[in-house]
Amino acid sequence: MCHRLGLLLLPTTMLRTALRSSLIRSSVLRPNHILPARFLSQEAREQIQNAVSSSPVVLFMKGTPANPECGFSRAAIQVLGLQSVPEEKLKTYNVLVDPELRSGIKEFSDWPTIPQLYVNGEFVGGCDILLSMHQSGELEKLLEEKNVIPTIEGEAVPVHAA
Amino acid sequence: MPIDTANLEAAIRKSLNCVHIEIEDTSNGCGENYAILLVSDEFEGKSTLARHRWINQLLKDEISQMHAFSQKTFTPKQYEMHLAKDS
Repeated sequence: MCHRLGLLLLPTTMLRTALRSSLIRSSVLRPNHILPARFLSQEAREQIQNAVSSSPVVLFMKGTPANPECGFSRAAIQVLGLQSVPEEKLKTYNVLVDPELRSGIKEFSDWPTIPQLYVNGEFVGGCDILLSMHQSGELEKLLEEKNVIPTIEGEAVPVHAA
Repeated sequence: MPIDTANLEAAIRKSLNCVHIEIEDTSNGCGENYAILLVSDEFEGKSTLARHRWINQLLKDEISQMHAFSQKTFTPKQYEMHLAKDS
């Protein structure tokens, strides 16, 4: 009797074990650089994924474009203004009014500071990178390539113009 | 414990072979804001984003105790150009 019961139970148990091990394996195989993301719940991760792709250009900042509450965020929003990023293509998130987003975005991007810039859902960098890309001409090139700003014909500016 | 310039420099030198390091305490003394400039051959062939991620990783513990952190990363050749442009 016991023996037959055991046999009957066997397939489901095996199935469950197989399921569990495949779940474990998928989390173990994550590349190293996104490992800190294990602290983010699936739900929080999905919300941030939606946020980073909610607009062609997304800036996570302290304060708002009209009222930045940190010098680094102010510099970032000024650079986007200088690049003439159209308002309808830019979305900003104020991390100061959302503590969960504030810590979540750092884990999501594996980046320790705010502001953070995303273009077409891809992480570009923080304030230092944004400024240096702006100065070198790389930012304009990137925004043109991603169709955020129009390409001006015949204006191919060399990246290292003296 | 606040981070001081010497700790920060030691943490960088431990893992990265730098030909030049500038560490500026931009906090007016409270030890929470730093701007660093690093020149290293080891940056060769790496994008700025990759270099910054690398430094962020090296200084993870230190950065988590700071309020603000800013970095510039150059190869020796880029640093020469950077100096030439400023002069």
